[in-house]
Amino acid sequence: MTETYVRQFEAFAGNGGSEGPAWLPGVRRAAIERFAAVGFPTSRDEEWRFTPVGPIAQAEFRPAIPGTVTREALAPFLFGHAEWPQLVFVNGKYAPELSVVPALPPGVKLGNLASALRREGALLERHLTRHARPETTPFAALNTAFMRDGALVHVPAGTVLDDPVHLLFVTSPDAGGSVAHPRNLVIVERGARASVVESYVTLAEGASYFTNAVTEVVSGEDAWTEHTRIQRESERAYHMGFTHVDQARGSHYRSFTLAMGGAIARHNLHVRLNAPGIETLMYGLYLARGEQVVDNHTAIYHDQPNCNSWEVYKGVLSDRARAVFNGKVFVKPEAQKTDAKQTNRNLLLSPTAKVDTKPQLEIFADDVKCTHGATVGFLDPLSLFYLRSRGIPPETAQRVLTYAFAAEVVDEVALVPVREELTRLVLARLGYTG
Amino acid sequence: MLDVNDLRASVGDREILRGISLTVNKGEVHAIMGPNGSGKSTLAQVLAGHPAYQVTGGQVRFEGQDLLDLEPEERAQAGVFLAFQYPVEIPGVTNAYFLRAAYNALRKAKGLDEVDPMDFLDVLEDRLKVVEWGPEIMSRAVNAGFSGGEKKRNEILQLAVLEPKLAILDETDSGLDIDALRIVAAGVNRLRSPDRSFIVVTHYQRLLNHIVPDVVHVLVNGRIVKSGGKELALELEARGYDWVEEVAGVA
Repeated sequence: MTETYVRQFEAFAGNGGSEGPAWLPGVRRAAIERFAAVGFPTSRDEEWRFTPVGPIAQAEFRPAIPGTVTREALAPFLFGHAEWPQLVFVNGKYAPELSVVPALPPGVKLGNLASALRREGALLERHLTRHARPETTPFAALNTAFMRDGALVHVPAGTVLDDPVHLLFVTSPDAGGSVAHPRNLVIVERGARASVVESYVTLAEGASYFTNAVTEVVSGEDAWTEHTRIQRESERAYHMGFTHVDQARGSHYRSFTLAMGGAIARHNLHVRLNAPGIETLMYGLYLARGEQVVDNHTAIYHDQPNCNSWEVYKGVLSDRARAVFNGKVFVKPEAQKTDAKQTNRNLLLSPTAKVDTKPQLEIFADDVKCTHGATVGFLDPLSLFYLRSRGIPPETAQRVLTYAFAAEVVDEVALVPVREELTRLVLARLGYTG
Repeated sequence: MLDVNDLRASVGDREILRGISLTVNKGEVHAIMGPNGSGKSTLAQVLAGHPAYQVTGGQVRFEGQDLLDLEPEERAQAGVFLAFQYPVEIPGVTNAYFLRAAYNALRKAKGLDEVDPMDFLDVLEDRLKVVEWGPEIMSRAVNAGFSGGEKKRNEILQLAVLEPKLAILDETDSGLDIDALRIVAAGVNRLRSPDRSFIVVTHYQRLLNHIVPDVVHVLVNGRIVKSGGKELALELEARGYDWVEEVAGVA
């Protein structure tokens, strides 16, 4: 209910919502006013036609409160080395006792937003809400109104972070019925290099709750950023995610999103190519089963000439699962020599699974190379027969071919330990054991 | 080993095999020749359990079992192998993974322990020699981007690894240049044994110069119209398929 959030906001504004730098309360209030004015989207809204947000709009989620999670309980969600940087958030709130902040190169800021709002007001004012605009979606407005904690990753110019930074958002077992609004800001300055993994996981499997996350990424000139987003919420939970990336001249940004949780889950990934010579790679994999609805909306804004974007999203759907893919590519008149390629491929493992896929190219420059393609299909019967004719049982043959389909995008992840973790997650989800 | 009796099969409502009878004994090599559209490849694929065909009549017994009653993977586990005319490309699955999965599936069916990737390398080492390949082929995706010749060699490599009792080669010579043909044929000859039988389906006699058959059958219009020794292949080469079609009274 829209009014529920407005009421919650007034309570929040009177208690904690007024903390932080002087400019912040006004930003929050403008955002809740925006949300109150537009309300939750409906299927009449073209951008939300295939995303049934009714259950989220009708539910009365209470604001999340801090929960207790032990280090042992986090074990299934960790990867790589124990000394790699890792910020853990429980129900959206930073948990320093579960986090690892090792010695980092000089100038690197790695911490939580709530602390940063007290200490880094000037840096945050330059960036927070300047990239992921609250008016982009009603959920972005809602997040902005309630944003309080999340991660701040700031890598100064010329600095290389060798190890991936893991931002782990976990829902505690008793958090059913609550809503959290994590807010992250990742700044990779000129010539710097970083790999950030953002994970949404749950210890409340089977519970219904709502995660409404927003992440802003700023990629400076000639910076290299790998951003991996892993969404494995409870299969009864709701997840709305919005990531906005601003890229400067000569920068390389590569994204991989894995979506496999949530009853209804959506991620909007918007990337703006603000200068010439930018490269953007966007890979996605969604695995949905049961009655899950998984939605990916991507938008690539080619504002300047001589930029390349390459996008491949793949989906595997079983049972009565539904997927939505919408891929927008906007090429401005001045963005000559744009090279943009978009592909969306869907594998249906059941005749009752369903996909709505829509490429949307709006090209206003004439000297460009822009292609797109979307496919929806079942496993190739001839491939299945080939494997079976070698003695491989049909269930195994189906798993092998399904994994092979998914591996094509997972294999594009640059950092080896991240790629291995994704491979492990996908194999486990597809029923491989050992 | 294999007894085919009055086998009939169709695609949709079109009958392609119209009563095939054939007996292959242990260790024998049978060649199936015939003009295009005679049903040679259909016979090979029906024996392996290809889902595109419906068997409408007849029996096939393999080592005392009703072959037609078995699923494709059960036929493979019983010892039947089909080298495909058009091997399937499987991007994303390496040759090593695929071969080991198949090898272990057959071991499991026999009640044997599966082998791990390291031990499997040992198994592979001498099998690769059968097709004159090095280990680098194992890290490539199954048939993906392979040339026609490489695909056929990969089929023979699978044959070497899986060690079937009955190997059916479906036009393994089609699309091969002379060097690839030599390698493939030499591989097959190395795998001949008193315990292993072959059915070699081919349009041309040239493969049979390399893989010398014990029996040659000529298939026309879904029926075997003539059977004989290896000299029958030479006679066909010299006189053409028109000759047997006339003999069979079907031309």
